[in-house]
Amino acid sequence: MMNTETENSPADDKPEVKSPPPKPTPKKPEVAPVELPAFEKSISDKMVEKFGDKIQVGFVKEDRVRIDVGKENVHDVAKFIRDALNYDHVESVSGVDYPQDNEIEVVYHIGSYTESSLARQILVLATRAPRETNPIPGNDATRLPTLRDIFYSVEFHEREIFEMFGVFFEGHPDNRRLLLPEDWADLPPLRKDFAIKGR
Amino acid sequence: MTFVLPPGLALQKVDERIMTLNVGPQHPGSGHMRIVVQIDGDYIVACDPDPGYVHRGEEKMAEYRNYITNIPHLERPVIHDSCNVLYPYVLGAEELLGIEVPERAKYVRVIASELNRCIYIMYWLAIYGIFLGHSTMFMWPAGDRELLIDLMEKMTGARVTHAHFVPGGVRNDLPPNFEDVCLRQVNYFEKRIKEYAAVFYDNPILIARTKDTGILSRQDAIRYGTTGSVLRASGVDYDLRVKEPYDVYDELDVHTNVMKEGDSYARSKVPWFDMLESCNIIRQALQKMPKSGSVRVKLKPNPKTKGLESVYKRVESGRGSLGCYIVSDAKVEPYRVKLSVPSFRNLIALPNLLRGEKLGNMPSVYWSLNYWPVEADR
Repeated sequence: MMNTETENSPADDKPEVKSPPPKPTPKKPEVAPVELPAFEKSISDKMVEKFGDKIQVGFVKEDRVRIDVGKENVHDVAKFIRDALNYDHVESVSGVDYPQDNEIEVVYHIGSYTESSLARQILVLATRAPRETNPIPGNDATRLPTLRDIFYSVEFHEREIFEMFGVFFEGHPDNRRLLLPEDWADLPPLRKDFAIKGR
Repeated sequence: MTFVLPPGLALQKVDERIMTLNVGPQHPGSGHMRIVVQIDGDYIVACDPDPGYVHRGEEKMAEYRNYITNIPHLERPVIHDSCNVLYPYVLGAEELLGIEVPERAKYVRVIASELNRCIYIMYWLAIYGIFLGHSTMFMWPAGDRELLIDLMEKMTGARVTHAHFVPGGVRNDLPPNFEDVCLRQVNYFEKRIKEYAAVFYDNPILIARTKDTGILSRQDAIRYGTTGSVLRASGVDYDLRVKEPYDVYDELDVHTNVMKEGDSYARSKVPWFDMLESCNIIRQALQKMPKSGSVRVKLKPNPKTKGLESVYKRVESGRGSLGCYIVSDAKVEPYRVKLSVPSFRNLIALPNLLRGEKLGNMPSVYWSLNYWPVEADR
């Protein structure tokens, strides 16, 4: 603002301001080190401190922290999230199919009602199950430990993942169908190899 | 000869004392949903909700369409609340596509979503009235709803399925003179719903049928991960418009309504308070809205990032917190869209609330959960 004014004003009025010529187009700043939000960073630091290299921090964004964890540790990590970090409910459980990696990802979005500082926060806990080309839901290697004994709220969500992706949750008390018809005998429909007709 | 059970089916043992009763899926008392209740005399001993009769595969369809053509079908889960059900998807798409929304569009969105919230709650209240045999409470909300539907029609051109929110703003600017009409209608609407208290909420018959039925304690409401009016009726002060304000809600004064009882009566009254609060928000938004300016920026079809990128956005809809998880692989179509809907989240409370209740209390408990079957099935 100031620079443009001085540039337009006659030079003889203020001769001393001639010396700094206004820069032409400011160069694209080289990618500055991203300033991670402090509170979110502290959450991920607590988890890294506890579990070390068993977990990977997927991202730390404003209000969102993502933790990737192997299926053998997901139960312990979830227990830590509930007991030490005071998260108390799961909002959403999503499955994402990655045929190129031969894996199915299950993503838990965990929130908290009781801890007021966490009201904005969502902790994203992601784990992966092996994927089979010819799935037999419930009877193949596509298995994960259930989190239902830790977060009661995942009960229906995990039932939905089971029918939509064929991921069997070991220890879940009720692995029946939920939304699909009882006699559905095709592939689990949200897998990528189940194609919509005409598309 | 042995009987081979088809996959997915299970045999059930029949008890002599316990009777199994199918409520729905065509029953007017359940919507498009089946509730399998087991009753001992008049008391429910177990309940198994069976949603899925209106499952339309919205999430699968979203993987085949680009970000903008997803809009008309993703609002179908709740057509009465179509702005709110689309809202998190639009917010998420904006973050992925890297679009900034003009200030005026944000206010238009807030007004549209608050009007939609009232429209949804009025519809829900009308059904609640007819569930309890209170036909006045069916006629009044169904009629007063028209006021706000007319406003939405003026704003968007469609009565219920608006498809008004797009990544980058809203589809059209407000029509001329909309602010005055909106203010007048909303003021009248507020006066009108205040009369419901005398007819409905202070009605001894309603109180007798809903007080102390289906009590959800505060701990259980948190443990089950319930949301929206169900959560606030159990004494948890949680509203995303206050806790995680999106668009311009941080510039508006939003008050959260909480009741402590956790019974069906509290769950039926909290949405009514929400409507009064919505009227306040609309008046504030009309006052603070920039009087002119763009309401839509040009849409970019491609996500700004290369590689996998995910975003989870949530808004407070008429039923509670509604989340949308979008995974993008830098193509024009999203890789995966997941709607985490409040109806589905609240459903888990139903078996636990109905256990031990009388069968006659089932409609009042079930509908007080603010449950919309089409939304839960997606």
